[in-house]
Amino acid sequence: MRPFQYTRAPSLAEASDMTAGEDTLAIAGGTNLLDLMKLQVETPGQLADINRLGIADVEDTDDGGLRLGALATNTETAVHQRVRADYPVLSRAILAGATQQLRNKATNGGNLCQRTRCFYFTNIDQPCNKREPGTGCGAIDGIAKLHAVLGTSDQCIATYPGDMAVALSALGATVQISGDKGERSVPVRDFHLLPGDTPWIENVLEAGEIITGITLPPPVGGTQIYRKVRERSSYAFALVSVAAIVELKDGKFSRADLAFGGLAHKPWHDPRVGEALLGQPPSDALFDKAANILLEDARGFGENDFKIPLTRRTLHAVLVQATEKAA
Amino acid sequence: MTVHFKQDEPDNSNRLDGMKQGVLGKPLPRIEGLAKVTGTAPYAAEYHIDDCAEGVLVTSTITRGEVTSVDRASVLSMPGVIAVVDDEKLCTRAAQGTANEAPMQGPGQVCYWGQPIALVVAETFEQARDAAKHLKVEYREENGAALDPNAVEPEEQEDETVHQGDLAHAMAKAAHSVDVTYTTKGHASAAMEPHAAIAQWDGDKLTVHASLQMLNYNITELADALDMEEENIRLISRFVGGGFGSKLGISEEVVAAALAAKQIGRPVRVVQSRQQVFQTVMRRSETTQRLRLAADSDGKLTGFGHEALVSNLPGESFAEPVLQSSHFLYGGENRELMLKVARIHRMTAGSVRAPGEAVGMPALEGAMDVLAEKVGIDPVELRLRNIPEQDPEEDLPFSSHKLADCLKQGAEAFGWDNGPRKPRQRREGEWWIGTGMASAARVHNIAEAKARVTLKADGTALVETDMTDIGTGTYTILAQIAGEMLGLDPEQVLVELGDTRHPRGPGSGGSWGAASIGSAVYVACKVIREELAKKVGISEEELELSEGKTATGESLTDLLEGNDLAREGHYEPGDIEDDYTASGFGAFFAEVRVNHYTGETRVERMLGAFGFGRVLNAKTARSQCIGGITWSIGVALTEALEFDPRDGHLVNCDLAEYHVPVHRDVPDLEVVLVEERDGAASPIQAKGIGELGMCGGAAAIANAIYNACGARLYDYPMTPDRVLAAMPD
Ligand SMILES: Cc1cc2nc3c(=O)[nH]c(=O)nc-3n(C[C@H](O)[C@H](O)[C@H](O)COP(=O)(O)OP(=O)(O)OC[C@H]3O[C@@H](n4cnc5c(N)ncnc54)[C@H](O)[C@@H]3O)c2cc1C
Ligand code: SF4
Repeated sequence: MRPFQYTRAPSLAEASDMTAGEDTLAIAGGTNLLDLMKLQVETPGQLADINRLGIADVEDTDDGGLRLGALATNTETAVHQRVRADYPVLSRAILAGATQQLRNKATNGGNLCQRTRCFYFTNIDQPCNKREPGTGCGAIDGIAKLHAVLGTSDQCIATYPGDMAVALSALGATVQISGDKGERSVPVRDFHLLPGDTPWIENVLEAGEIITGITLPPPVGGTQIYRKVRERSSYAFALVSVAAIVELKDGKFSRADLAFGGLAHKPWHDPRVGEALLGQPPSDALFDKAANILLEDARGFGENDFKIPLTRRTLHAVLVQATEKAA
Repeated sequence: MTVHFKQDEPDNSNRLDGMKQGVLGKPLPRIEGLAKVTGTAPYAAEYHIDDCAEGVLVTSTITRGEVTSVDRASVLSMPGVIAVVDDEKLCTRAAQGTANEAPMQGPGQVCYWGQPIALVVAETFEQARDAAKHLKVEYREENGAALDPNAVEPEEQEDETVHQGDLAHAMAKAAHSVDVTYTTKGHASAAMEPHAAIAQWDGDKLTVHASLQMLNYNITELADALDMEEENIRLISRFVGGGFGSKLGISEEVVAAALAAKQIGRPVRVVQSRQQVFQTVMRRSETTQRLRLAADSDGKLTGFGHEALVSNLPGESFAEPVLQSSHFLYGGENRELMLKVARIHRMTAGSVRAPGEAVGMPALEGAMDVLAEKVGIDPVELRLRNIPEQDPEEDLPFSSHKLADCLKQGAEAFGWDNGPRKPRQRREGEWWIGTGMASAARVHNIAEAKARVTLKADGTALVETDMTDIGTGTYTILAQIAGEMLGLDPEQVLVELGDTRHPRGPGSGGSWGAASIGSAVYVACKVIREELAKKVGISEEELELSEGKTATGESLTDLLEGNDLAREGHYEPGDIEDDYTASGFGAFFAEVRVNHYTGETRVERMLGAFGFGRVLNAKTARSQCIGGITWSIGVALTEALEFDPRDGHLVNCDLAEYHVPVHRDVPDLEVVLVEERDGAASPIQAKGIGELGMCGGAAAIANAIYNACGARLYDYPMTPDRVLAAMPD
């Protein structure tokens, strides 16, 4: 850990000012940032503590949706009565992540910004284009079991590792951002970026921008499932995950909002997958068709080839489960 | 006064059974439990020592070559930095268990990625850690270090080789035969407490608080590394937060702390980071194992072949003893066993939880399941038919043999269905459900041990030895043995462990601790009893002690007349070791569910039945078994060290990415203790427990996966990707 200055940001404006500088990072729960600082993957000279900015509440919105404060903890969010009742996919996704202790500390904003678990990213004595642009990607010819099969570039094949954002993507939530240029909202689906030639840029946040909250649209009901596949049953990141909000009317799909985790540098949402299901009666052939669309451009890197058939099967399982429940 | 007892003959007198206190075997909670859960039991790094500086190891970023320069100036001006230590005496590897000599020294030569090459010392831990990252080191790198165990010509471990009869012929003639190759990935010990040491000099006297399993060996290793006399060293290791083999020998931090403390003239603490523990201490070697089983039409083995390839660094004597129990577990007159070691440049391979059987048994017991299917008999029955009368390779009887009892009692308690077995018979929703079983075996180890027992004038007792308690219950069982022998409530017995000032024992490892040091305590207590009997005027056999009194009501305090009575017991295994094959045996039964879509496997329930001699404490024994079974879930399903194919570095070097089972992976585990008295194993008729609980359990899970979903896998761990690849449509 490099020595650093710790300052409690007194206001949102000052937090923005502070983090506009190259050398300052916001700290929320610290569960990701501090680990990376100990490894010197992150080496900020200053930390701006954003815990006391009054953005930690979970509140109803005027249109019947829900606003999750960026500094509300994952636990508070997952157990919130309205989240459980109206957005169960979100509650389940959060509870499928990390451990109780971590979730008690982890915040919603921090969760969106958590960094990849790529082994080469977290080892500063290995090459990594994300951590040190231009050094090469250690994972492409290395141990890449956890890595992406969609949206990769020849610069980086890392995944966004989180669960919560996958559910937010399926729900069509938006992220509220505050910075020196004012406030803006960005759909969660557009918040994270693909690696391209700039794998170190992971999301749309500009210098000095702070996430203040996440807004969920009014509840849509339906059958909501979060399925996370992993070799041990807790305290492990997803090999593949699926968030699904599904409804059937007259035996046909009337809603199919699907997002996927563990596949890419961002929670993967491909509108064509849901569209292929709409208006159709559930069948194995239809599920296959949806999987074909989803995985059309999927490409493995040896060790993670299994993610392609695994995603196909997991999607199948989720759709079977959802349609059995909905029927 | 020391009393030496060398055991040449079995002791079937079972003297402990004749004692009157009635505390031995009772499920007493661990004596030190409260101190541990309240945080008052100090672990190595937690001692408060004035003026202590902090050291952090610097590790290499090349795989093989030479350190050409260490630029001290690059860090000496950093805040708080006191010194850079790159002394020739720094150790670059951990010592193997019972090595009794210094591990590899000389930080200038690099043999694996992540090898310690220097130590940076600073006022605070954070300063030292930061400086360690900034130390500029130059290397002359040697290319082409061998990294793939399958790509080099391995060395044969000749003492493991057995050629008996003609296996190829037996295979050709067999009514049923199996020829399969299994692989297992490397494992890490994954103890909670990281390796840590605080070294402090007083003139030429050195005291080290460290986290170690075997002080009696460790003191010799440290003295050798520092080129000093053992008399001038004191090692203290009163509480150890798990070792699992990784603390059998001294590791790099112990020597580094001692050298640094000398260099700067202040105490120095060195704690390895979690990543360093993973990268620099010990790995269990990956293995490739070919099993050949030839059987007649009844399933009786006529041929038995087990050949294994393991790996280690050049210069290491240790080779994962994969075949250890294969030598005697089953019959078959035509035998072929061979162990080979590939020399590669990954970190040191050494003892990790049940070295040998932990990975050898899952392969053997998987192959036995394949054979049972071919023969068409129940897998329990197949094992029962193949229990040999005596050691099939050496002309030796077994000291005792509880395999058949464990198989039968285990099957009964589990509710094993011995009807015809076919895979894919039960499905609940997405999940295939099935059962599997496997035998357990682990060689019985025992070693010389000394302990001092003092019966105090006040009628309490004190037990002192350098033996360690690595969380297994040693404090408690020694109090129980002494209490039983001397007629005292264990609360009246103070046990002091983990200090080389005390008489020396073998330490904890290879599951030999309880039987070895327990025997030394027993020997000491027996002589004290003789002294007491003399005072009463009867023979020791006639002396009945309980609640601090004789049968005729004389109290110990009266008999002692104000004097302490101290005796040192010295137990030594004698000829008996050569006269018998001694082992713990058992059986595992598992029910698993396998997800049809995702290939995820979850253990529903698991039972182990074990025979390991006398049970000294039913609770700590059970806990050991449960811990062992839990590790076998890890071997079966999740644990795998992953090494980079280009530089051999260990990539998943923390507990988030190296997957040991979590609570949710561990269902209700049932343990059946098949108690026995093994007089040839030790004078207290006890054998080792700790490791037996994981020796074969992974195969019960693997066999259950097959029974559930029809995926026959030959590669551990059986992760979802592998299960899916083998799952029939
Ligand atoms: C062992 C382990 C296992 C885990 N397993 C899982 C898992 O299975 N699934 C899962 O989803 N997650 C998992 N996590 C990740 C965990 O969810 C994240 O660490 C946590 O959500 C981060 O939140 P935080 O508040 O602690 O963020 P911090 O560590 O404080 O910050 C993380 C990053 O976000 C930035 N940041 C934080 N808040 C804001 C804000 N409001 N605006 C702008 N930037 C901000 C910080 O500057 C920093 O760069 C795991 C973590 C660990 C350590
Ligand atoms: S995959 Fe991305 S994060 Fe991982 S090493 Fe390559 S560039 Fe770095």
